[in-house]
Amino acid sequence: MDPLQFVSTVRVAIVAGKGGVGKTTVTGVLARAAIRRGLRVLVVELDGKPTLEELVPGLEVQHISASAALGEYLDTHGLSRVTRRLTSSGIIDVVATASPGIDDIVVLGKIKQLERSGVYDLIVVDGPAAGHAITFLLAAKGLLATVRGGPIATQAADVAEMLADPARCQVVLVTLPETTPVNEALETAAALRERVGVHLAPIVVNAVDEGPLLDEQAAKEGSPMRAAAEFRNARRALHASERTRLTEALELPQLILPQVPGSVLDADAVDRLADTWAPS
Amino acid sequence: MTITLNDHLATAEVVICCGSGGVGKTTTAAALGMQAAGLGRRAVVVTIDPARRLADALGVPGGLTNDPVRLDLDAPGELWALMLDTASTFDGLVRANAENAEQAERILANRFYRNVAGSLSGTQDYMAAERLHALHQDDRFDLVIVDTPPTRNALDFLDAPNTLARFIDHPLFKMLMLPTRRGLKVFNLAAQPVLKTIGRVVGGDVLTDAVAFFQAFSGMETGFRERADDVIALLGSDVSRFVLVASPRADTIEEAQFFATRLQSSGLAVSAVVVNRCTPTFGEPPSKRPRAAAQAALHDNLVELRATADAERAHAAHLLACDALANDVHTTFVPTLSGDVHTMEALTTIRFLLFPPTR
Repeated sequence: MDPLQFVSTVRVAIVAGKGGVGKTTVTGVLARAAIRRGLRVLVVELDGKPTLEELVPGLEVQHISASAALGEYLDTHGLSRVTRRLTSSGIIDVVATASPGIDDIVVLGKIKQLERSGVYDLIVVDGPAAGHAITFLLAAKGLLATVRGGPIATQAADVAEMLADPARCQVVLVTLPETTPVNEALETAAALRERVGVHLAPIVVNAVDEGPLLDEQAAKEGSPMRAAAEFRNARRALHASERTRLTEALELPQLILPQVPGSVLDADAVDRLADTWAPS
Repeated sequence: MTITLNDHLATAEVVICCGSGGVGKTTTAAALGMQAAGLGRRAVVVTIDPARRLADALGVPGGLTNDPVRLDLDAPGELWALMLDTASTFDGLVRANAENAEQAERILANRFYRNVAGSLSGTQDYMAAERLHALHQDDRFDLVIVDTPPTRNALDFLDAPNTLARFIDHPLFKMLMLPTRRGLKVFNLAAQPVLKTIGRVVGGDVLTDAVAFFQAFSGMETGFRERADDVIALLGSDVSRFVLVASPRADTIEEAQFFATRLQSSGLAVSAVVVNRCTPTFGEPPSKRPRAAAQAALHDNLVELRATADAERAHAAHLLACDALANDVHTTFVPTLSGDVHTMEALTTIRFLLFPPTR
């Protein structure tokens, strides 16, 4: 089975994972691979870092900031005359604090709007940083439980409907083949399924050092070649055993991205990584 | 002459570890604490939501709590650790600063307050700063090591003391407290229907709670602001050090660079840099590539790892060349371990990689 198949059937893919696992890289590679399959792709950035335009030349990217989206929302709901004053006086902050999740809802509402517009085959969302994905996606349920009536409750209901429909929205979890990231991915997967009720797309295992084990014995004990081989083998063994553990604990297809030697991630590197998923 | 990270640990009263998420900041903070205890300091490490594994590694089977616990360590000094619980720290502050129990209860029961205390981004940083203030004055400790929260841009911690000030200086707060002050009167008149309209849009009594919170908070703001000023002064004094933690990845290097520049613009400086998860080096490959296949593969592996390590160092050097970092800032490269850091032994290994024992 082709694990990348889901990009042709789902409208919104939300990329999620803890800080440092390479969410932005995966967002770029996923977008690149989908474009190669002939899809019209939009990437939504929530972090405000304009990195993806550089990593994937020609990519359509929209930046959505929570406070701007909230201001815009209030604007279109009968508060246009006072919005500027609300923003400058900081009342927008107070609204966001008084009703946690409201800014998440307007952001998800904008994503839902883009999905409904039918302009794009696939919208890839570079999810919120530092593992806020669960809170972010729970906002709709949370608001529905506390807010009775009003346009924001309607918005939350629409968002909840989108999140619950696997044909419209799925979450792409990203992890690394190491102990703590795998544990965190398992916890996040359980929370997303049970508490949010969102469908999980294949999980991405990033920066995998693949390759056969080296024959350590071929070099003299204590020699640089021997020490380097022992290190490499230990890393590869760790990556292999963590992938096995992930496979056994989580019934999801895996998409593998190989480790990129060197530390610079540029457009060429993203292009080469996309080759592993969708040959050009 | 370069002042080493070890020198800083021997003399500082406050060490702030900063950097982006996923670079091993918490592990570094714990290893710094172990070293400090080895130097005879009475150190306390404030961690923010560490993985349970770190608590296990530190020998605290039940996990860390909001109160400092002393760790079992064979060292001339002491190592204590705590895990910051934002909401209960905030509750404690409200109780300690309220004029009476009735005011405290009114605030603690307020829904807006619960949202601020539990989920407002920035509150975590602010409480870390409040905690730093209290621990610095605690006679049990002579060194406080803070592992800053994994914030979106790693800068919020510096702004944290201003977070609450932003609320108590809020126009809405002032409007309610000083309804007749001239400049705000117009705003006051306009505000009431606005509050109603907002209520209609977002639903329910969202703003009524906020108004009640600001009213209940009245009179407490002075204490909060004074401590905020104290923390700002403490961070800027010569007893505080900032240790920048990064990894050789391009994005964390950029973030570290940005952070150093930001510190500089606040009149502060990075005291030391720790670059974690570097590809280790294993010495020079033999001058000729061996002909036998097995040996050739080992040779190529050594060459490949070496090239990666060199590229990482070059990248880190680029970070260190930025204007905001002094030329002689002490930098330690910590190689990737072949396993995961979740035992006391692994933590000890990290400590000795950071501070090689002198022979």
